[in-house]
Amino acid sequence: MPSLKIPTPLRSYAAGQSEITLQGETIDAALQDLVTKYPTIQPHLFNGEGSLRPFVNLFLGEDNIKDLDGLATPLKANDRLLLIPSIAGG
Amino acid sequence: MLPELSREEILRYSRHLLIPEVGLEGQRKLKAASVLLIGTGGLGSPSALYLAAAGVGRIGLVDYDVVDDSNLQRQVIHSTSGIGMLKVESARQRLLDLNPDIQVEVYNEPFTSANAMQIAMDYDILVDGTDNFPTRYLTNDLCVLLGKPNVYGSIFRFDGQVSVFDARHGPCYRCLFPEPPPPGLVPSCAEGGVLGVLPGTIGTLQATEALKLILGIGDPLIGRLLLYNALDMSFEFVKLKKNPTCKVCGPNPEVTELIDYEAFCGVPGHDHEEGAAGSGLDINASELAQRLRQGNHLTILDVREPHELQISSLQGAINIPLGQLAGRLSELDSADEMVVFCKAGTRSARALELLYSAGFRKVKNLRGGINSWAREVDPKLPVY
Repeated sequence: MPSLKIPTPLRSYAAGQSEITLQGETIDAALQDLVTKYPTIQPHLFNGEGSLRPFVNLFLGEDNIKDLDGLATPLKANDRLLLIPSIAGG
Repeated sequence: MLPELSREEILRYSRHLLIPEVGLEGQRKLKAASVLLIGTGGLGSPSALYLAAAGVGRIGLVDYDVVDDSNLQRQVIHSTSGIGMLKVESARQRLLDLNPDIQVEVYNEPFTSANAMQIAMDYDILVDGTDNFPTRYLTNDLCVLLGKPNVYGSIFRFDGQVSVFDARHGPCYRCLFPEPPPPGLVPSCAEGGVLGVLPGTIGTLQATEALKLILGIGDPLIGRLLLYNALDMSFEFVKLKKNPTCKVCGPNPEVTELIDYEAFCGVPGHDHEEGAAGSGLDINASELAQRLRQGNHLTILDVREPHELQISSLQGAINIPLGQLAGRLSELDSADEMVVFCKAGTRSARALELLYSAGFRKVKNLRGGINSWAREVDPKLPVY
């Protein structure tokens, strides 16, 4: 099953986990599975219209999903998604 | 014409001169180079130290803060004896002690749209070691407009990011992050904390990239973002592409001069320690103490994380961490007068917004949080 790596700022919304296995044949479906399992992460990723917030970057392997088919990008069993947070600390 | 090295410099840099990729010519390039460090904090400390040690001829430091006790857990350029000193002055002394052959220029002022162009113009490379979104967008746009590389580093708790944004050869910061997150959604290090050694790792990587750019060696992080996690001890890379609709480096830019970055991001251009709700919704610690002495019935709501209660707490306060507040409103009565607090007033100001939107009208924010209570009312409590 595909997996999603969660960055530290969002881990508290995913029961402290660093990596989560998700079900879904597209990125959209996998994210729906994520939100069903961990509802409090939802507002951090999606806006009111259900699209990804503009400051949230989701990568499939090395590629930004914006450079692929976005949320409609199909997922294979061993695919790995990476959430890249906007952080500003220095 | 590259500057010559003195006999003393040849001895000092002998370990560089032995590497064929650096050699005498490379060391002379370093001597001729100039790097501007935005911020002399967690990231700027190790970057500045290593760039100075490496013999970068001219180093500029921009910061307007003073050295504070809570900086020393990670800002290794400063020392206990320097508490209260201007950061740029403390850093300058340390750098010149490390390497008296270099030039250190200091700018004890906030880096803003008004002075950034003037300050940065004469430097080859900028190193972004700031602690807030407005200054990050400012540094990015400035580098795009001036055609200079921006060696980016950013940290939070255990996570770090590094890249080289050079719009002449690849994407810029805005290509990846076209818009800042809404104010309050992403905690800063002052609110959320940071592992002290993390900026050491990330700042050192930034210095490495700056040195590679000067020397023209290796494969710089242009078009790649490094993601480091200290807990997993993982280094991962992702590819970054130029965004054809980028508002600053795209073919049809909307941003052609520096803008008001605090307005753009909706937050101040510094990692503010003290938060307030504004609009008359704040209460000072001494005022709160007086009301409690008068026997006013008040609900005191603490929205910090449970582990922070071990550091300091207020008797009788209810603890609901900010992240859980939306789901636990039923535990509170909107008819009660309530004062909300956190460490320094930022999270509680957000809690107030949430409570207000849920119909609570008799709520106030403790300005400056439990830290100002410790300073003004109860000196037995520690400030953190």
